[in-house]
Amino acid sequence: MITFSNVSKIYESTGKKVTAVDHVNMSVEEGEICVFLGPSGCGKTTLLRMVNRLVQITEGSIEIDGKDIQALDSIELRRSIGYVIQQNGLFPNMTIEENINVVPKMLGWDAGKRKNRYKELMEMMGLNPEEFRKRFPWELSGGQQQRIGVARALAADPPVMLMDEPFGALDPIIRDHLQNEFLRIQKDVKKTILFVSHDIDEAIRLGDKIAIFNQGQLMQVGTPDQILSDPKNEFVRDFIGSDREIKRLTLLTVKDLLNKGKKGNRKSNLTAEINEFYVTLDTDLRNALAVLLASPTGEAVIVDQRNQPHGILTFTDYELLTGVHPSKLKSIVH
Amino acid sequence: MEFFEFFSTSWNEILMMTWEHIQLVGLAVGVAILLGVPFGIYITQHETLSNLVLTVAGIIMTIPSIALFGIMIPILSVINQGIGFLPAFLALVLYSQLPIIRNTFIAIKNVDPNMRDAAIGMGMTTWQRLRKVEIPIALPVIMAGIRTAVVLTIGIGAIAAYIGAGGLGEYIARGISTSYTTMVQVGAVSVSVLAIVADYLLGRIQKQVSPKTAHSK
Amino acid sequence: MKGRSKVETMIRIGLYALLIALFVYAFQIGAFTYIAENPSEIAYLVGQHIRMVAISSAAAICCAIPLGIFITRPQFKRFEFLVINFANIGQTVPSIAILALVMTYLGLGWQTAVFALWFSSLLPILRNTIAGIDSVHPAIIDAGKGMGMTQKLILWKLELPNASYAILAGIRTATVINVGTAALAFLIGGGGLGDLIFTGISLYDTGIMLSGALPVILLAITIDFMLGIFEKLIIPKGLQRKVEAI
Repeated sequence: MITFSNVSKIYESTGKKVTAVDHVNMSVEEGEICVFLGPSGCGKTTLLRMVNRLVQITEGSIEIDGKDIQALDSIELRRSIGYVIQQNGLFPNMTIEENINVVPKMLGWDAGKRKNRYKELMEMMGLNPEEFRKRFPWELSGGQQQRIGVARALAADPPVMLMDEPFGALDPIIRDHLQNEFLRIQKDVKKTILFVSHDIDEAIRLGDKIAIFNQGQLMQVGTPDQILSDPKNEFVRDFIGSDREIKRLTLLTVKDLLNKGKKGNRKSNLTAEINEFYVTLDTDLRNALAVLLASPTGEAVIVDQRNQPHGILTFTDYELLTGVHPSKLKSIVH
Repeated sequence: MEFFEFFSTSWNEILMMTWEHIQLVGLAVGVAILLGVPFGIYITQHETLSNLVLTVAGIIMTIPSIALFGIMIPILSVINQGIGFLPAFLALVLYSQLPIIRNTFIAIKNVDPNMRDAAIGMGMTTWQRLRKVEIPIALPVIMAGIRTAVVLTIGIGAIAAYIGAGGLGEYIARGISTSYTTMVQVGAVSVSVLAIVADYLLGRIQKQVSPKTAHSK
Repeated sequence: MKGRSKVETMIRIGLYALLIALFVYAFQIGAFTYIAENPSEIAYLVGQHIRMVAISSAAAICCAIPLGIFITRPQFKRFEFLVINFANIGQTVPSIAILALVMTYLGLGWQTAVFALWFSSLLPILRNTIAGIDSVHPAIIDAGKGMGMTQKLILWKLELPNASYAILAGIRTATVINVGTAALAFLIGGGGLGDLIFTGISLYDTGIMLSGALPVILLAITIDFMLGIFEKLIIPKGLQRKVEAI
């Protein structure tokens, strides 16, 4: 667990004081991804860099598993925390294998153990260990480089990872792909991750928790659903956008909707024919809504994993959400 | 101080020699620009030729100037010009070639391909493209090459005094051979000042021709 | 396309012809005769020349690189612009002026020549060292720091390897120029192959002049070539595409 208590950073230059981070209080549970979200210059990166002491804390304290980081040796601390940055973070003078083994080598792992770890990580990233072993960063595509960056941070199996817009410089399709893979890997490794982003969609997708910052202050912290359904102030409302209700639909799937109201009447529809307007149980509600809107009958067939019809989805089913959604969904549909 | 005395009594002569020096360097670099810039542009279209030319120019640069002067003497003696202005001038033209050709070549090669594409897409001919897009963008880099060439040739021009080309090197040569320390110092300081001033002025021009953008990369 | 390649071949043939003509000419005029007749004198002067270049260049490298590393450390960073400006202006000063000025203070002699050569090689190496270290992308240093590298590791594993291209280029240029400047060292009592060149010029004896000039040229080209190979060996492979790009 990472706990921030009253953390502040004040820069002083030519007599002027600039508060980059202003009395932040929050905590991140073990195995959780917490996304620091906000416009540029809001202090999110500064706060992240305070965790591995690349930036000195002016006031307050940060604790990792109850230990104040100020009391630890900064070099030891950094070696025990994975660190991924946006781009160019790979060392151009080292091969891919050398890059990944930087921290294990500093920690004094023997060659055999390093080699095994390299192989394991590359397989986890979906890259061929032999093919890339002797290659250099510039020979790789942007997406591959970023994967190596993540693998390098995971190398010594640190419990905590700091990621500063790791996918920010990639094009949307590759970013999308890497986000999925990142979630898949996180399912296995269960790291405590602090993740800086300026992209609300990325935050919703990746975060177990989102912390929104503005001008150094923590505006709101909560699950994506909490942030979207109950923005605490004007800034958060503006930042997450006017389509927050639609964004929120991406958090739920058709299955969630069906679980809300288990009613017998659905059975009668099992005979429905599958046409082009269908959704699966895993389709998120935003896409399901799109299918409903496109369908001339205003209905969509729900199919299960074996492509068998499971039921019919109609607009009225969305009313089931009223329990979850405090605001009226109708207003966004019509 | 003997040093300043020398300056005040012979400023006339110093100015004359400086002018001589400037003429030699100016003419040589001028001709070098006329030859080097078009040639540098020409070889951007010819990959294999560019390698050869840049290698040869690189080798010429490694030839010590006094050795090149030495070689010029017997060759130009054939037309009775072994010593004096002509060999110095030719050597300086040769030395100016590498910085000018190479910078022109690199500058034109480095013009953003997108910009070139846009120019082609707008229907510009090769000549229009060079004149309106590539040369203006490449100008600062070409200017940097000219600046290097000028500073380089001012120094080499001073050595040319030993083959009778005149200029501020005269003072250094004469001073050393007559063990007249003050004269050596005046010669060395003047030629250094000339180089520093030329470097500064050309630096200003280089800044002038650079495209004015809010944040240049 | 055909016409263009014709121009190319013509330029090519012209260059080779020029080179061959030069050697034939040098042979005819008797440059090689002097070399053949005075092997011990030539050998002595070549040795003196090489010693002068080697000592001054080695000393310049040993001073400039540590100084460049020193001045780019965070503690001394604020003095960096002073050093850079000094190096830039100092580099503009022609080498013959440096030689002449040093001579008026230290007198004629071999040591004077070595000192002057040391000074004129120092600045380009220093400037390239600083520029090389400064050009290492900040993100690389940031990543190294964030991964828990010590200052020492960052210098040895990140900054120096990534700056090696610029540093070695500085050494190469400075040393090759040094070979040429050392030919002027004769003027201030340093000896070397300049002895034959200047004697040849003042005696109007092309043979003697060329017997000094040709070895100097060969020496410069050889050293340039050797340092080029040395660069390829030392610069990390991951960075070498930059060499090919230009």
